[in-house]
Amino acid sequence: MGLTLIEKIWQEHEVINQGDGNSLIYIDRIFLHERTGSIALKGLEKANRSVRNPSHVFCTLDHIVDTFPGRGDETLMPSGKDFIISTRSSAKRADINFFDLGDPKQGIVHVVSPEQGIALPGVTLVCPDSHTCTVGGLGALGWGIGSSECEHALSTSTLTVKKPKMMQVIFDGTLPVGVTAKDLILHLIQKFGAAGGTGYAVEFSGPVVKNLEIEARLTLCNMAVEFGAWTGIVAPDDKTLEYIANRPFTPQGETYHKALTHWEQLRSDSDAHFEAILSIDCETMSPFVTWGTSPQHAIPIDESIPDPAQETDPSTQKSMHRALQYMGLNPGTKMKDIAIDAAFIGSCTNSRLSDLRAASEVLKDRKVASGVKAICVPGSSLVKQQAEEEGLDQIFKAAGFEWRESGCSMCFFAGGESFGEQQRVITTTNRNFENRQGKRTRSHLASPATVAASAVSGKLNDANSLEIG
Amino acid sequence: MEPFEHHTGIAAPLMQINIDTDAIIPSREMKSVSKKGLEDGLFAEWRYLSLTTRKENPEFVLNQDPYRSASLLLTGENFGCGSSREHAAWALYQWGIRVIVAPSFGSIFYNNCIQNGILPVVLGPEKIKELQTFVELNPAVNQLTVDLRATIISAGSNICYPFSIESSDQQNLLQGLDAIGSTLKMMSSIEAFEENDIHRRPWVYL
Ligand code: SF4
Repeated sequence: MGLTLIEKIWQEHEVINQGDGNSLIYIDRIFLHERTGSIALKGLEKANRSVRNPSHVFCTLDHIVDTFPGRGDETLMPSGKDFIISTRSSAKRADINFFDLGDPKQGIVHVVSPEQGIALPGVTLVCPDSHTCTVGGLGALGWGIGSSECEHALSTSTLTVKKPKMMQVIFDGTLPVGVTAKDLILHLIQKFGAAGGTGYAVEFSGPVVKNLEIEARLTLCNMAVEFGAWTGIVAPDDKTLEYIANRPFTPQGETYHKALTHWEQLRSDSDAHFEAILSIDCETMSPFVTWGTSPQHAIPIDESIPDPAQETDPSTQKSMHRALQYMGLNPGTKMKDIAIDAAFIGSCTNSRLSDLRAASEVLKDRKVASGVKAICVPGSSLVKQQAEEEGLDQIFKAAGFEWRESGCSMCFFAGGESFGEQQRVITTTNRNFENRQGKRTRSHLASPATVAASAVSGKLNDANSLEIG
Repeated sequence: MEPFEHHTGIAAPLMQINIDTDAIIPSREMKSVSKKGLEDGLFAEWRYLSLTTRKENPEFVLNQDPYRSASLLLTGENFGCGSSREHAAWALYQWGIRVIVAPSFGSIFYNNCIQNGILPVVLGPEKIKELQTFVELNPAVNQLTVDLRATIISAGSNICYPFSIESSDQQNLLQGLDAIGSTLKMMSSIEAFEENDIHRRPWVYL
């Protein structure tokens, strides 16, 4: 029987098969950030252990740093500065690659790792951060770990991992205009639930995925964890190889050519076995948006809020009621009638150059509706620079968006900057959990184009409707 | 890490699905580069009416007697989904939780529990419902017992359910293993792997 792509990568990294479903897996790359990486590095120091292979370890500042223009180590988050300073000094002591403020390599970890050629097809990459699965978009095997596991990876270059079950998700048909990778993943989670992928490693495939550009594949894999999956991956192809060529950490010369031959075989065999296969027809899809506090609370933006009374499972029903109460919404309300207070474009899901281009296309010659606070935070310092070279910053600013330095910013609330209480935000981020973006903040997840269209409409809207109306 | 063999204690029902790690320990409750002092921030948004004064919300189950002394948690599907923060496991442990019973767990959170001496028990929702009914009759007296060696959770004399757990996870919990220490003993295998791998995949080695 053939092997899946993930099984092939697994085999290549297996140091010891423990015979009980677990393997000691070799870890090629470790990424850290100041919020959890600082703790792992401190933990190692305390235990008198060292980083085994510092040249394979990378660290950025993204979670706690402010994103205001002219920022420094001072942050709005109480005690935030301690995290930054502690990370910087631990990183220096451990002699790992460190992307400090002011470095063009600085940015959100999951934007930086593909952009710098740190994530490559077939490598294993871990980070104490749940969205590490993003790098699956390049055919890398990446997953999020906790601090203890991070200390383990740092000091041994390995992790003990339970082999996941294999799932294939096929996106079939062709994608209608205005429908994006973000809509695909929201649709998947809505259909099969936020725990639909629990226990699985998911390979995304089918004609729609083949046609997605690399940055869109990164968006798709980014939210594999919101589907409950251990990770997500897309088989690398010509587009992938084109994307990774000539990036700072991509191999050069002879090793590059050796790598190419290797990367070309990275795909599931035709007779590979998947324990589960899910399929979604994309032919008639429309843009999605969430109405509740779990990513599974998503619906097409043309529809109305579902009625919990129609739900048969009591625990799902209860969670819907709770979500509606938190969101201040009622069943039956048309999504497009919901007014917003703020719009946020950023995060490891949707803050790459293609995302900013998609949003700016909608914003060109338009203005953000009055009373709406609109913010754009590029995913990395490099994305910011490239966007500025294209003049995208001018479009955002002319429309009324704030233009920020790169970082996680208001994707999550760590006690620093946030939206006000009960503010309703349309956002390109990945989590609409209670209090995720601020105290009592009400988050609606959507694609960059939908966020931009909503910002100019003052209520939830998609870019297609904007053109007509 | 403390070895875990068996445990008997008060079980608190927190019957919601998809409880994420942001809810277990909100970001702003993780105030320092430390693994300690997190019990106060556990479920902060739900536990307190005001985060500044720390005035308790009497409706929240862990603020009610005898659940204040609970050491087991009965909960819904996908517990611990979301962010990878190990602080969620640390906060639960520091508050006093030793066992969490749910139909399924977020996978990173599950591993974090094993690393920190918390036993995650996977049990079907109907069985959890039965445990809940038993407990709620008289929470202080109707305690639950977990035997990790026998992989059994029992309630009184009538309810007794087996549960499954990977043998490696079971062993790690039973022995309170130092995972790094045991892997470091395998360093020769890791080095042998690298010697071989550097020829196969030279581009990986920077
Ligand atoms: S952008 Fe948001 S989801 Fe992504 S790594 Fe940062 S905080 Fe996490």
